[in-house]
Amino acid sequence: MPRRGGPPEVNAGSMADIAFLLLIFFLVTTTIETDAGLDRMLPPMEPPDTDVVIKQKNIFTVNINKNGQLLVEEELLDLKQLRERAIAFLDNGGDGSCNYCKGKKDASSSDNPTKAIISLKNDRETRYGTYITVQNELVGAYNDLRNREAQRLFGRNFTDMEGEFLNPETPSGIREDLKDKVQKIQELFPQKLSEAETSTSN
Amino acid sequence: MAKFNKKKDGDLPAVSTASLPDIVFMLLFFFMTVTVMKDSSLMVDNVLPNASEVKKLEKKDRVLYIYVGKPTREYQKVFGTEPKIQLNDKFANVSEVGDFILQERAKKPQELQNVLTTALKVDKEANMGLIADIKLELRKVNALKVNYTTYEGDAFRNLQ
Repeated sequence: MPRRGGPPEVNAGSMADIAFLLLIFFLVTTTIETDAGLDRMLPPMEPPDTDVVIKQKNIFTVNINKNGQLLVEEELLDLKQLRERAIAFLDNGGDGSCNYCKGKKDASSSDNPTKAIISLKNDRETRYGTYITVQNELVGAYNDLRNREAQRLFGRNFTDMEGEFLNPETPSGIREDLKDKVQKIQELFPQKLSEAETSTSN
Repeated sequence: MAKFNKKKDGDLPAVSTASLPDIVFMLLFFFMTVTVMKDSSLMVDNVLPNASEVKKLEKKDRVLYIYVGKPTREYQKVFGTEPKIQLNDKFANVSEVGDFILQERAKKPQELQNVLTTALKVDKEANMGLIADIKLELRKVNALKVNYTTYEGDAFRNLQ
């Protein structure tokens, strides 16, 4: 072949083919994972101590029927008002022992946030989406109250502090400090969400 | 001055294709960093509901996945249209969930065995009866940390 003026140019078109092959491999074998959700703790199997007397006013009953309708404290309620009602229940402070509660102090509602229990019951035919919305609103009620207290005590939102505490990338000195604060706020409004066995009602 | 080559008429300079693979490599790197290798392919419809109060699942090695939903179209002929449980790569009954958890727990190193979280990836149209059975099985094997996996968004959109 007659020698050209300089070295021959390498045809780069086939590099693109190699790259496409690798790309198609990755497109097919990987997924973009969703990895966030509502964290819950299930109750252990042993029957709880039944000799602990729980006053009826300290329990906030939430029932969901198979059509997705809510029965809160034995009355029909719209889902959008659930969060407000839950906050009113938790924040009530009926017996006056809670000095950070801003609720109505109604004697027929909960005495103290540490004694307040929310009981959730659903039907076997209830849609999972509705259940998640109800769970979301209840956890949201706890988070709103915890955020309020965290703002008052530490000037930061509780959810931010918790997120930073749980993130493994934050340095351990900060995490130790956050751990105490997070625990303190959690003790002010402990998450007592109990889920009763589902029934096969009509 | 050196001799100039005479430009021939109608002869366009060849387009350099050297940068084509660079563009493709950029896309490739995006996919390599953003995605995770699938460990099992979904055989059920899995449209997750939305929730706003979510927490991120940080440590992937401490998570066990349970998928629940209606089987996808190609499996509907064989398995029907009722919501089913998928563990790893096959369908399972509720009674097999307990054994699955114990097996997966045994595969993990000792110090992680008590802090495992079970991620329930459930289609939003599934019914709660099946979920209640799964939760009962989890309680029996003492796998109490549960995470209902959701997309982050407005929870009221689940109601449509």
